[in-house]
Amino acid sequence: MADVKKIATRQGYGEALRELGAAHDNVIVFDADLAGSTQTAMFGKAFPDRHFNCGIAEGNMMAAAAGAASMGMVAYASSFAMFAAGRAYEQVRNSIGYTGLNVKIGASHGGISVGEDGATHQCLEDFTLMRSIPGMVVMSPADAVEAKAMVKAAYEHQGPVYMRFGRSPVPVFHDEAAFHFEIGKGEVMGDGTDIAIIANGLLVAEAVEAGKLLADRGVSARIINMATIKPLDEEIVLKAAAECGKIVTCEEHSIIGGLGEAVCSLLSEKRPTPVKRIGTPDVFGHSGPAAALLEEFGLCAANIARVAEEFARS
Amino acid sequence: MTDSEKKMLMVNACKVRIGIIESTHAAKAGHPGGSLSSAELFTYLYFKEMNVDPRDPRKRDRDRFVLSKGHCAPGLYAALALKGFFPWEDLKTLRHIGSYLQGHPDMKSIPGVDMSTGSLGQGVSAACGMALAAKLQNNPCRVYTLLGDGEIQEGQVWEAFMFAHHYKLDHLCAVIDNNGLQIDGPVDQVMSPYPILDKLRAFGWEAAEVDGHDYDALEGVFAQAKTVKGRPFAIVMKTTKGKGVSYMENQVGWHGKAPNDEQAETALKELNAELARLEGM
Repeated sequence: MADVKKIATRQGYGEALRELGAAHDNVIVFDADLAGSTQTAMFGKAFPDRHFNCGIAEGNMMAAAAGAASMGMVAYASSFAMFAAGRAYEQVRNSIGYTGLNVKIGASHGGISVGEDGATHQCLEDFTLMRSIPGMVVMSPADAVEAKAMVKAAYEHQGPVYMRFGRSPVPVFHDEAAFHFEIGKGEVMGDGTDIAIIANGLLVAEAVEAGKLLADRGVSARIINMATIKPLDEEIVLKAAAECGKIVTCEEHSIIGGLGEAVCSLLSEKRPTPVKRIGTPDVFGHSGPAAALLEEFGLCAANIARVAEEFARS
Repeated sequence: MTDSEKKMLMVNACKVRIGIIESTHAAKAGHPGGSLSSAELFTYLYFKEMNVDPRDPRKRDRDRFVLSKGHCAPGLYAALALKGFFPWEDLKTLRHIGSYLQGHPDMKSIPGVDMSTGSLGQGVSAACGMALAAKLQNNPCRVYTLLGDGEIQEGQVWEAFMFAHHYKLDHLCAVIDNNGLQIDGPVDQVMSPYPILDKLRAFGWEAAEVDGHDYDALEGVFAQAKTVKGRPFAIVMKTTKGKGVSYMENQVGWHGKAPNDEQAETALKELNAELARLEGM
């Protein structure tokens, strides 16, 4: 995909915030000393009076965002995924989840592709944590165009939303002018019937590549971009299970509690179907370049194709 | 404050105490100690200080109150009921299955509750966010929050105190109920928060210490709070935990325990006698 433009999804977040800020007076943005990294600085530059740095104090930031939302603001609160979903979990649960307030959490630097910073910063549990909060919408965009559309959809959605963005540039394959995003709707990106590959985040691009490799090997794969992990698009999963019979899930996240488990939970109750989960196993990450780590953990087109082919032929 | 106004507040604080005993007794659970120590404060806020209207509990420019020490819900609920936000009789449904009067304040179900609280340290942050938003919206409201002296052991409280000073939230007023006791014992034995005033001032707040059971003192300090510009105001309120019920006063065991039938009867006898005395004044 060398000819494809690559942009990090966090940049889509920053751009969307800036556009939302221009369109709506009630958008307020909080950050925790990471505005340059999360890209909320774009909003801060355009609307300095509505951008509030909370310093390195994520717990206070989340509850303060809830307070602002209770006054009718739509509050976006940002940090790295590790600190937004991890450190501030209980503030998110009690002050944002329980209240159902209009706080949109923009968590950047999710997953193993954080790279060199190592395990302390590679959040592989955020989907699990956020899925467990009643009413919380949990999403992870595949490219910057989808990220932008998602952030705007989050504004329109009444209630709490968690969005995970990545640090590394990823291929942009959606056409911004034609793209329409809907919370809770998956996107079929290749309509095969031998096996379905359901992915989100930067693994969507890898799954699409894997689909091409599989086609070369005579396996027809259905690729589904599942940007919304909760609420899960049950219809698209059940249809894939019915028509393909086997499903592979791919996420830059622990196999415990994320997209893979969401898909398995649905299928085990509504249509038992064999599933293989690609994600990080029950281990911490470590330092290294993003690409090397993704390959090491099998979060790449080659491994997805290998697993899917073996599974399809079994 | 006129004598009749002070009498009204004293009578209402006594009624709030009766509500605290009745509700926790009916619930067979709850937190009477810290609710009782804040009874004057609740009464002062809802019957003298705050711009609120029980007929329009969501009106835009109302003053906000966040009970950061959410476990003292019985005190808040009694004050709200007395003010007319919901029927007094409902206090007896506290913590019951199907009741909207949850064990800790729930903004979604309880008229007059501006923020759900209960997990200590979060309410004061929410109050900061409210005050920040009010400024952006040119909303003239003031934001009040009540913390426990044990609660300020939470690190998040100090994050919020930094934030409130940094963003010059001068329409935010935080009250700390310094009754000196927390679940495991005296606060200075469990984990000393002292010196509280010095710490608040070091964090950039204007701060004052008052007798939390003295309405003249409360009137003076809340008036002072409104004169301060460019920084938030904190009131360290010296109180007696369990105030107004003889056997509960200064007893750590009454932090989170409900009176049984006999104990409730004793407490209500004392409080009703006090109420009769106050009303006859």
